[in-house]
Amino acid sequence: MTAWEAVIGIECHVELRTASKMFCGCQNEFGGEPNTKVCPVCLGMPGALPVPNMRAIDHMIRAGIALGSEIPAFSKFDRKNYFYPDMPKDYQISQYDMPLTQGGVVRYWLEDGTMKECRLTRIHLEEDTGKSTHAGSTDGRIAGSAYSLVDFNRAGVPLMECVSEPDIRSAEEAVAYLEALKRTFVQLGVSDVKMEEGSLRCDANVSIRPIGASEYGTKTEIKNMNSFRSVYRAIESEIERQIAIVESGGRVTQETRGWDEARGVTHPMRSKEQAHDYRYFPDPDLVPMEFNAATMEILRSTLPELPTARFERYTKQFGINVKQATQLVDNAQLADYFDQCVAACGNAHQCVNFVLGDLSRLSNESGTPVYYSNARPEYVAEVIDMLEKKIINSKIAKELIERIWEAAGSPRAIVEREGLSQTSDPGAVEGFVNDVLAANEKVVAEYKAGKTNVMGFLVGQVMKTSRGKADPALAGELLRKKLDAS
Amino acid sequence: MDALHERSAAQVARAVNAREVSAREVTDAVLAHVDGIDAHVGAYLTTLHDLARAQADRIDERIRQGETLPLAGVPVAVKDNMCLEGTRTTCASKILEHWVSPYTATAVQRILDAGGIPIGKANLDEFAMGSSCENSALGVTRNPYDLTRVPGGSTGGPAAAVGAYEAAIGLGSDTGGSIREPGAFCNLVGFKPTYGRISRYGLIAFASSLDQIGPLTRTVQDAALAYDVMAGKDPMDATSVSPPPEEPAAGALRADLRGLRVGIVKEFATQALGDDIDAVYRQAYRDLEALGAEIVEVSLPTADYGLATYYLIAPAECSSNLSRFDGVRYGLRVDADDVTQMYERTRAAGFGPEVKRRILIGTYALSSGYYDAYYVRAQKARTLIANDFKRAFAACDLIACPAASQPAFTFNAKSDPYSMYMMDYYTIPMSLAGLPALSVPCGWVTPPGGATPMPMGLQLCAPIFAESLLLGAAHAYEQATKHAEKRKPVFPEGARA
Repeated sequence: MTAWEAVIGIECHVELRTASKMFCGCQNEFGGEPNTKVCPVCLGMPGALPVPNMRAIDHMIRAGIALGSEIPAFSKFDRKNYFYPDMPKDYQISQYDMPLTQGGVVRYWLEDGTMKECRLTRIHLEEDTGKSTHAGSTDGRIAGSAYSLVDFNRAGVPLMECVSEPDIRSAEEAVAYLEALKRTFVQLGVSDVKMEEGSLRCDANVSIRPIGASEYGTKTEIKNMNSFRSVYRAIESEIERQIAIVESGGRVTQETRGWDEARGVTHPMRSKEQAHDYRYFPDPDLVPMEFNAATMEILRSTLPELPTARFERYTKQFGINVKQATQLVDNAQLADYFDQCVAACGNAHQCVNFVLGDLSRLSNESGTPVYYSNARPEYVAEVIDMLEKKIINSKIAKELIERIWEAAGSPRAIVEREGLSQTSDPGAVEGFVNDVLAANEKVVAEYKAGKTNVMGFLVGQVMKTSRGKADPALAGELLRKKLDAS
Repeated sequence: MDALHERSAAQVARAVNAREVSAREVTDAVLAHVDGIDAHVGAYLTTLHDLARAQADRIDERIRQGETLPLAGVPVAVKDNMCLEGTRTTCASKILEHWVSPYTATAVQRILDAGGIPIGKANLDEFAMGSSCENSALGVTRNPYDLTRVPGGSTGGPAAAVGAYEAAIGLGSDTGGSIREPGAFCNLVGFKPTYGRISRYGLIAFASSLDQIGPLTRTVQDAALAYDVMAGKDPMDATSVSPPPEEPAAGALRADLRGLRVGIVKEFATQALGDDIDAVYRQAYRDLEALGAEIVEVSLPTADYGLATYYLIAPAECSSNLSRFDGVRYGLRVDADDVTQMYERTRAAGFGPEVKRRILIGTYALSSGYYDAYYVRAQKARTLIANDFKRAFAACDLIACPAASQPAFTFNAKSDPYSMYMMDYYTIPMSLAGLPALSVPCGWVTPPGGATPMPMGLQLCAPIFAESLLLGAAHAYEQATKHAEKRKPVFPEGARA
């Protein structure tokens, strides 16, 4: 029985986050009444000309630098010619042989913390098309439709196409790769990467081969994947399908297949038209771009810490587990907040516990992000510091977190003002213990009958009676001593 | 002083600014003249009586407010491939016959802001593809110096309009000679500035790397006036340029050519053009010398490949530029069963034969497997031609040569495409090199079988961005020779002129 491995390459289109479109001044924003964010340029009116959005070009270069790509000193835009109703000029301004970035590596990690790498072929910049709605066709395609409507709000939105090398070996890796790309682009502010709004769209090229083989099998291209989950399911399903074909003596056909989310299978797509000859040529309306080393250096030096580096810092330096590190890295602002807490108290573990625990819970309940809340990092650090020094116990600590969430203020001051510091005075604690034993005769009897697990309840009662100030360890010790002695 | 409609742009602007005459009076005079003769000339596809009068009133108001405007009250014919908001902009094509532009081209806007009055949208070869204006799908335009002859093209309508005093400035576009050749045919100054000098925004593209807007006028001074108004970087056109500032061209007009070396192109010898024509150009070169220029011989060895190079690059770009005329968003749509059939039927019905021919040539030249052999080689040839000019301009300041190999011909005289393409033989190399060039009247020749002498044009060409030098020299030549003034257009009996 042959063992198979999958070989996967991913192409994704990512809409850039800019104020205006790629080649005109129209607003770049998802949605809106159809055909309200349009002008002569993005409608392809006769005589209109494109002028490149320099912000989008900066975004591309920053993304390229972040992913270790080479930024050539010279780049240009080309026209990709084909007719389609949602493409206003019937050519798309894109990049053919001299893209803005070449090469690069996406470093990502799996759920078990294994680090992986996927090489990038290139990232190039182009303009998005409009959006067609085909009425009355059975499969949502233009063929067979009664009529079609086109919304050009999206036409001309800057779009980067990221092409990976076939370095991915499983559906899990594919999703982890996409998550890493997403994190990077979000962190850089180049895109909001929302698959549900179409600002990230991806296709996967999938083939299989016996493990150890060096040649590639015949690949299929999978389209119509609308979420990370569908990317996972589609690739899994396609790998299984290909293995089944090959193991039953068949051959995989090179084709484009669509993912059917409802049925959980891929199916062959009718090829759009015959093989396209896009007749690429340099766009004479746009002048070639040249970049100097100084500009590159400025862009490079202003890059923030990237998610993969941060992940490795958290897992290796702080010893945070993969799941928690991922949670933090996926929310850069929360991670920044976390970093500030750690800087103020030095205890990364307690910081993770509070940031992802109580603080995140409070955030979910109130809808206020942790980093915008009253609970400033230095207050959280004070709580952790007092806890470490046993000035307060964990119950008081939780209470304090809630108090600083509700209203800003130094938790140390609260503790002093309200006398919440932990009572380790044996005399005082003994008083609480005596009160509890006197009030719970029945439980005491149970304990004496051998049911020693009621100890937890009794300690809890001491804490309650002391309003949380008693040192729970001391309380336990005194309780045991008294119960065992009597 | 000439009748109002016969005045030059400079004369009109001076008089209107001095409040000797109102823009409205000039406009009414020109419109009356147009109403009288344009049925014979056919310069305009659309006349803009209401818009022109409203603009004239606005200009008069601005003058009353104390403004001085460089083109105050100057009547302008706009080639109908330039957008003017609210007006039909057809490119002389069935596919845009009823399209009304929702915006205004930058060059047109600058003319309007400077006080120009848009008299009408003037005829052209469909999508500016042609050299006689005969490729217009929407009308026939005749040469005002002999109505049996073509006005030249593609800017035939504006050339005929300015030649027939139906405007003082014609706004044209020149891709391979489309301003200079009709300028020569209609006894005008036809000026194509350096590529990128005037914004192309709102000029409906034929071949984007070659298209350049420029004026057609009856005097060099008017060309300089119009040029100064239109030139300069436009944020809406990424290929427009703002080179180092230089003096306005209108201030650089000179009286002689002393200190200038004028290159005569060895490969453009005129003997083969016939004795009459040869004599005109020999005289022109002698006149340049008499004005103080040093005449030197220069060589453009690859210029002969200009035509072949041009007829790959321009169609390649046009095949892509004209894709947008697909029946989806605007213009003609011929209904069909599915979208592909709709594209095919719309484009089959909407484009004329020459446009289709060029789309086919260009599509072929860009196709995979042919791209390197045709498009890439043509781009290399283009570089060689540009290098020839660079070498030549090391030895001279200006180049002088014919604007066209013959005067205006009769209708249907050039029935095969190649002989029509040959009309741009002398103008295409400058377009490929992006250089500023103009044609200026240089004499009269009676064509074989012709009834009346027809104007000839001398082409002058300068290095990139040397427009002021070019216009200055052309002015000196024009003032010394005054060829244009020797004859007037002829209108048929009964035409109210």
